[in-house]
Amino acid sequence: MVQYSGAVLDASFAALSDATRRGVLEQLGRADASITDLAEKFHMTLTGMKKHVGVLEQAGLVTTEKVGRVRTCKLGLRGLVEEAAWIERYHQSWAARFDELDKLLEELKQKEKADVRKKRQ
Amino acid sequence: MYERKDSEINPTNYDMTVERKSGRELVVTRNFNAPAHIVFDAWTKPELLKRWWVAKSFGASFLSCEADVRTEGTYRFVFSHPSSEQPVPFFGRYVEVIPGSRLVWTNDEGDGDGSVTTVTFEERGGETLVVIHELYPSKNALDDAMASESISWSGEQFQQLDQLLAAPEASVETS
Repeated sequence: MVQYSGAVLDASFAALSDATRRGVLEQLGRADASITDLAEKFHMTLTGMKKHVGVLEQAGLVTTEKVGRVRTCKLGLRGLVEEAAWIERYHQSWAARFDELDKLLEELKQKEKADVRKKRQ
Repeated sequence: MYERKDSEINPTNYDMTVERKSGRELVVTRNFNAPAHIVFDAWTKPELLKRWWVAKSFGASFLSCEADVRTEGTYRFVFSHPSSEQPVPFFGRYVEVIPGSRLVWTNDEGDGDGSVTTVTFEERGGETLVVIHELYPSKNALDDAMASESISWSGEQFQQLDQLLAAPEASVETS
């Protein structure tokens, strides 16, 4: 079972933190492409593009397959990205609630302290 | 660069975790700087619940908030949201209520594939660890819940990802 709280999510988001890599994913979402195609599209050296694809591959976002001399890239586990995005929204909605809850709890604690003081007087 | 900002928002470093524990389970954990009886009150008294359950950023607001928090009691929250002309109800039943330590409720607003939510409150040294466990009836039900809110792999999806990542970079030229 894939866990999203830690390393996997971090790896996915680290891979997605780069504009070129997001562009590569978007491109591969339209059609599979070779590393040479991608390098040309993004005006980049083959070596530079290989590095980007390597990062995406390690994060499980892209898979590559070498046929003859051409390495073809395609989106890997696209469900993973969608799920990671959903989990992230879920995280954000709870986090936003909890920020409000923190404020309320602080207020309730102060109120309880004040009530205790009143009773003692 | 994507970074968690929770520790900056919470100077006491109350990191939150979200984990898909299995095909049908989601688990959220978070510490709160208050004793369990106060945190439990905030989850169970409608007048308190109303003050935090809908964060300002959601764009929704409570029209009504009824909660009869006892075993076999029911709740019904009704919201208004700009994206919906009709009021949006959320409702269900409390399966188990142990004051100060445990709440279990059903989520019945869907079409029968709703999750069961269990919340536990564990006090340690004046702080309270809250664990929210959402159990869906099947892996398909959780996958569907996720799919119904995600959109197809498209430019829009990437815009959303961009917003998620809040990356201050320029948009990508893909010619």
